[in-house]
Amino acid sequence: MSEKRVTFSKSGIAWLLVAPQLIITLLFFIWPASQALYQSLWQEDAFGINREFVGFDNFLKLFADPSYQHSFVVTIVFSAAVAGISMGFALLLACKTDKLMRGNQTYKTFLLWPYAIAPAVAGALWWFMFNPTIGLLAYAARGLGYDWNHFLNGEDALILVIIASAWKQISYNFLFFLAGLQSIPKSLIEAAAIDGASSNKRFWTIIFPLLSPTTFFLIVVNCVYAFFDTFAVIHSTTRGGPSQATQTLIYKVYKDGVEGNDWSGAGAQSVVLMIIVCLLTIIQFRFIERRVHY
Amino acid sequence: MVENRPLSRYIAHMILILGVLIIFLPIWLAFVASTHSADRLVNEQMPFWLGSHLLENYSAVLDEGMKKAGGVPVRIMMVNSLIMALAIAIGKIFISFLSAFAIVYFRFPFRRTIFWMIFVTLMLPVEVRILPTFEIVANLGMLNSYGGLIIPLIASATATFLFRQFFLTVPDELLEAARMDGAGPMRFLKDILLPLSRTSIAALFVIQFIYGWNQFLWPLLVTSDQSLYTIVMGIRSMITVGDSEPAWHLIMATSILAMLPPVVVVMVMQRQFIKGLVETEK
Amino acid sequence: MAQLKLENVRKNYGLVPAIHQIDLAVNNGEFLVIVGPSGCGKSTLLRMVAGLETISSGDIYIDGQKVNNVEPKDRKIAMVFQNYALYPHMSVYNNMAYGLKIARMSREDIEKRVHEVAETLEIKSLLDRKPRQLSGGQRQRVAMGRAIVRNPALFLFDEPLSNLDAKLRVQMRIEIKQLQRRLGITTLYVTHDQVEAMTLADRLLVMHAGVAEQIGTPMEIYENPQSTFVAGFIGSPPMNLLHCAISADKKNVMLDQRAIMPLPTLSASVADKIIVGIRPEHLVFDPQGVLQLTIDLVETLGADTLVYSHLGKQRIVARLPGHHQASLGDKLSFHIPSDRVTFFAADTGKKIAN
Repeated sequence: MSEKRVTFSKSGIAWLLVAPQLIITLLFFIWPASQALYQSLWQEDAFGINREFVGFDNFLKLFADPSYQHSFVVTIVFSAAVAGISMGFALLLACKTDKLMRGNQTYKTFLLWPYAIAPAVAGALWWFMFNPTIGLLAYAARGLGYDWNHFLNGEDALILVIIASAWKQISYNFLFFLAGLQSIPKSLIEAAAIDGASSNKRFWTIIFPLLSPTTFFLIVVNCVYAFFDTFAVIHSTTRGGPSQATQTLIYKVYKDGVEGNDWSGAGAQSVVLMIIVCLLTIIQFRFIERRVHY
Repeated sequence: MVENRPLSRYIAHMILILGVLIIFLPIWLAFVASTHSADRLVNEQMPFWLGSHLLENYSAVLDEGMKKAGGVPVRIMMVNSLIMALAIAIGKIFISFLSAFAIVYFRFPFRRTIFWMIFVTLMLPVEVRILPTFEIVANLGMLNSYGGLIIPLIASATATFLFRQFFLTVPDELLEAARMDGAGPMRFLKDILLPLSRTSIAALFVIQFIYGWNQFLWPLLVTSDQSLYTIVMGIRSMITVGDSEPAWHLIMATSILAMLPPVVVVMVMQRQFIKGLVETEK
Repeated sequence: MAQLKLENVRKNYGLVPAIHQIDLAVNNGEFLVIVGPSGCGKSTLLRMVAGLETISSGDIYIDGQKVNNVEPKDRKIAMVFQNYALYPHMSVYNNMAYGLKIARMSREDIEKRVHEVAETLEIKSLLDRKPRQLSGGQRQRVAMGRAIVRNPALFLFDEPLSNLDAKLRVQMRIEIKQLQRRLGITTLYVTHDQVEAMTLADRLLVMHAGVAEQIGTPMEIYENPQSTFVAGFIGSPPMNLLHCAISADKKNVMLDQRAIMPLPTLSASVADKIIVGIRPEHLVFDPQGVLQLTIDLVETLGADTLVYSHLGKQRIVARLPGHHQASLGDKLSFHIPSDRVTFFAADTGKKIAN
């Protein structure tokens, strides 16, 4: 942890300053998290009267549950698709923006909008566009011969939430890719051009590798986003359906816990998610340290 | 400048324009839909251009909300959202500024432990601790209150980290000169550190305002009293109502209203916004 | 009465000593320069006097008052920092007024004082500007203004000129000296630049690795260095320090197997080695001179010429007045005047008196 050489001598006041954040952190973060951990080791009956210590039983049951396994798969597919589409598209736009010297400020301004839009609202917008009865895109799909119906077809539903989620995340990825591109010294690209590399080759052999810290970083961030922030997208549209086709892990926690009242099951699921997020954050920070030394 | 052929620039423009169109398509269609009557949307093909019912729809939604969804005037929901967003942004900035100051400029016992405890909050987004946190809020009697909406969300570490990072770049000599001038810690904070932190604070404000405004899951759980609904969570209840076809024109009007304030903030404070994004992730 | 007194002052970082015993008395109105290479502890010493660093042992008295545990703001001192430490968001006026505001001086008094000082330093026209709108020299003056406005008993300077370009440095040096003369405030000034040290100081303290090597007026230090370190540090180009042998009969000093001068009677006995110190300008150009040198390099400075050569593996520099027509490969002879030579012990580097 980097330090300041010079500090104030009387340190009593420091406690006062740190107290608000500390108290709230303990009350609403640490305590609940440890509660969740604790609860996941017990089994409550339906009325909440009897509690039995079951150790890792909840977890074993969880991983054996086909519905949970299904959610895992959905989540992985979902995350990969969201990250891939969002980052790919953002990279393309960032490259073209970087290329243009003048006028790129206007494009930048317009491409930032989705970040400001709530996931729930994004969900509503795409839900509307894909609505089988009146949605423009559903209409277009029918024109192409595909009968779009995300109420009945699980794949359609999944595609819907993927697109809505990816759409929202484009701004963020765009900004970081643009920053990454602009930090590559022009002289490297010019040297490559002089060496005879074509535009395409230059991109894949020089620009893309040099972007890898940014790319790696964004993959982690996009995964966290897809795992957690997309709850609102799903909840405002498909609600995990049809028949759990869009039920990601976080959605299942909500469904089982809040709607289904299976608090210990949901608790165990929360713990698993906590561990996943911890791993991802640790990777992100470990990696960022290296990135800063770049 | 390598190969700045007109053709490649032309292509770049094309791609970017296409990109912008794709980004804007949903927003545009939503806006269009919000200006038509319910019949027009349901019975005829989806219009591509603005209708004539703009004022009618928007005033209906602002004043009455959607009758089937409980008729909460969107006006009220927007006020709730505004309160929530502002309180979260300001609250977070306030307590994080103080914490970062304490952690950087003082040596006190357990400083490291406290630092790591705050760090841990980065790994616990709302969605992950949702159930136990809800229990605690309920136990404290904070359900259905602004306090319950706001307080659990203002202690995450991103702001603290940003400030800490910034403070580490402030030269030691400034502190020493201030000490010579007779300034104690709080004076130093107010007269010197605060003015110097202006851009960081602005950047954080944008990000946190958007974060607060766009909250969905938490308000959903914590409020059952309709007068406390925020606009972002309110939309959901508008979409999934009963059997009849949703009132798309009203839903879209509400969506446009819901996205307006954050977008305005981002546009007006674009530079700070970008700075905030890039710096909080370091 | 001494304005600043250090008695037996030491500083340790954990078990590592950074400052070994320092005793120092600075007189009222004196300009004392602490000079030494980077890492010698001079800044640490200054900061201890300022109260920004703690003292491990010993006492510091400012104006008769013991200040070991007194806060900087109560020590009647003012400091000019290396990077000026001007508050970037405040105007020049506010930078200068800040300390006074905290001390609860009335608005009128503050205004009077600041304007007075601004007048003295000729920065009155800059009072409304922010630091980033000022040049390096202007910032320097504002930093000094901020210090003067406090009416301190002691002025502390921490390498204030090292961030300026060469020409500005010379100009500011003169300004600082004149200002100090005019105001008469006791000053403690830290620098690594020995030219600055020589030109500014009433007295000089040379430090090396946390130890006070020597203290005295610039000329005392220059003409009578007490150790090879001081001899080699002060003076540019530095004093020639030649490692010589003593002839078996203890009569002559030998360099490269040749006798270069007779060995005078010394206060301490020497074994078989000795270090002969002679400044470049004291070597006398003499066609019959005992030191016969082949020139490696000539540096024409205009007013003087520096001639570099070597004997054995040791480099020798000679300064010749005016423009000397010497070139690479030429042979020149020099004579070593024995009254200009300083002898140092080969093992300790300490001076051996006659």
